[in-house]
Amino acid sequence: MSGIPHDHYEPKSNAGKWLHKRLPIVSLMYDTLMIPTPKNLNWMWIWGIVLMFCLVLQIITGIILVMHYTPHVDMAFASVEHIMRNVNGGWAMRYIHQNGASLFFIAVYLHIFRGLYYGSYKAPREITWIIGMLIYVLMMGTAFMGYVLPWGQMSFWGATVITGLFGAIPFAGDAIQTWLLGGPAVDNATLNRFLSLHYLLPFVILGLVIVHVWAFHTTGNNNPTGVEVRRTSRAEADADTLPFWPYFVIKDLFALAVILVGFFAIVGYMPNYLGHPDNYIEANPLVTPSHIVPEWYFLPFYAILRAFDSDVWIVIFFNFVSGGIIRADFFGVVMMFGAIMVVALAPWLDTSLVRSGRYRPMLKWWFWIFIVNFFVLMWAGSREPTAAIANVSLIGTAYWFAYFLVILPLLGVIEKPLPQPKTIEDDFKAHHGKADDTEGSAAAQPAPAK
Amino acid sequence: MPGKRVISIAATATLILSTGAADAAGGAGHVEDYAFTFQGPFGTFDQNQLQRGLQVYTEVCSACHGLQYVPLRTLADEGGPALPEDQVRAYAAFFEIYDAKIDDWRPATPNDHFPGSNLENAPDLSLMAKARAGFSGPYGLGLNPLFRGTGGPEYIASLLTHYTGSEREEFGAILYGNETFPGGYIAMAPPLWDDQVVYNDGTPATVEQMALDVSAFLMWTAEPHLMARKQMGFTAIILLGILSVLLYLTNKRIWAPVKARAKSGAPAR
Repeated sequence: MSGIPHDHYEPKSNAGKWLHKRLPIVSLMYDTLMIPTPKNLNWMWIWGIVLMFCLVLQIITGIILVMHYTPHVDMAFASVEHIMRNVNGGWAMRYIHQNGASLFFIAVYLHIFRGLYYGSYKAPREITWIIGMLIYVLMMGTAFMGYVLPWGQMSFWGATVITGLFGAIPFAGDAIQTWLLGGPAVDNATLNRFLSLHYLLPFVILGLVIVHVWAFHTTGNNNPTGVEVRRTSRAEADADTLPFWPYFVIKDLFALAVILVGFFAIVGYMPNYLGHPDNYIEANPLVTPSHIVPEWYFLPFYAILRAFDSDVWIVIFFNFVSGGIIRADFFGVVMMFGAIMVVALAPWLDTSLVRSGRYRPMLKWWFWIFIVNFFVLMWAGSREPTAAIANVSLIGTAYWFAYFLVILPLLGVIEKPLPQPKTIEDDFKAHHGKADDTEGSAAAQPAPAK
Repeated sequence: MPGKRVISIAATATLILSTGAADAAGGAGHVEDYAFTFQGPFGTFDQNQLQRGLQVYTEVCSACHGLQYVPLRTLADEGGPALPEDQVRAYAAFFEIYDAKIDDWRPATPNDHFPGSNLENAPDLSLMAKARAGFSGPYGLGLNPLFRGTGGPEYIASLLTHYTGSEREEFGAILYGNETFPGGYIAMAPPLWDDQVVYNDGTPATVEQMALDVSAFLMWTAEPHLMARKQMGFTAIILLGILSVLLYLTNKRIWAPVKARAKSGAPAR
């Protein structure tokens, strides 16, 4: 599939040949599982499996939860308590689902950061990247709607604030918001459609995940050097890669098991640490919590949203130019969605010919500042919106956009990259102790047929 | 008198609002870090303490507050107060509940829930130990709740024991000084005094003792499967730990020849 030469499935039994002629499903599974994979992948390449596991975990626990849940404003909160108290193992399902969302987002952020550092988004993997960003946006939507379902105070007020963003759209805002909510305010209609979509979207995500995997199985995996697998001969391809099974399956499962130890430590001992206490109070449209905060994984974007008030010069400028149509709230919304958009456009914003950050001495620094900035924004998003916090958010937002719109395009021009290894095999050997011979001579030796 | 009613609603709203504000900012006042038996990885509920807490709840708190999400039968559950079934039946019969099917009031049975709150501004206590955060910060970093827990039961116990004795009138309602309650004044009069209840097991009923007992009980009403949860966590960690070791060794073994060839300079495959 990837154009990397490797073994293909040959049906041996008559039954196998019969099936293969009609539906080459075994062949498809074989090619998927045995895909040649760069053998120098490091531990940052495990998050894909973790994400796959999270998706399946959330779907299974979610299907069980919905069997006992009642999507009605008068009964939703009580039905969640029913799950927590009366359903056998219901508390475990609920806590796993609730914290599973956090594990999902930890993994997806690390997965995205991995891609940003090692240049996984660059040609020919742009489609993989775009599909990945689509999956991420759908994840955010799914998680947001899922958080509304328990119908606690934060559920209700979070939904009110976030759907209110659409109300900030000039002219049609109110109409759009009413259409989304199914009424003038967050109510029963909202809760029902959120459950419906919260159930639907994971399967859309599943479909996109298949396309995501299909896309990078077509181009082949990126790897820490960013150097492509050699495809000209079978011997060279064999020197650069190993089949996914068993080498990477076992490695990834080991990593997954270690991560799950941490996950169950949270579920077992502090399942509410990442949640908000207010969500154990039933939703009350008459009582507004003074400080509405989203779940931790939305905080950086929440900070970007709140960074723009009507005192910021750029808001004043756009407000003036647009004749008052663009207000601060709408500007914040545009910036929040824009922040995701620029990440999706990274393949075309990065002008460097070198793929991996490992050989980009300047990018390294800017990248790590980007990571620190991400956490600063996350922190700022969790705080009460004082003037100081707004300034921190504004600086963080500026850096976020500057990273993609200025730094990535500029570095490709001014940066002098370090020498890259010629082949993946050289990198692997250099890493595993054969330091005296890293100039690719091994690649010249023909590998004996297996 | 509608005027008075509006005022009391306003006062209630103000109170609830101020609670919310403090929660979000972690702005609760002084919260004592009490030690409870159910803390720590192997902590369990003290069955006697839960029974004492149930007694305090029944004789004191239930005058105004409710536990609408808690089924009475769970009082017999293992890992909870574990009352004998006949006692649960007798206890349930103390409560009169409204039954829509017969359109009348009748004595509760173990299959019914505890009644809800009697007073509109007395919050339901079922989930209070999870709906309040005693510990937060510092500086929004979340380290305190990480190491000390979110502090729900500590908040309840502190609130009950940290009345200052001062009073203040606001919108025609009397507010009572409290070091724990956000804003420093609470609408609930000091509910506990020494020897207010008589414990069957002879434990001296000091205000602090009663506060701790009822806080532990409310932790159980908020998280009745706490012990099963910790047990599951422990089992999962052990099993996944063993699986990790096995997978680590498998992984090492699978990759050993590949790495050895890389080291010796032999052909890759």
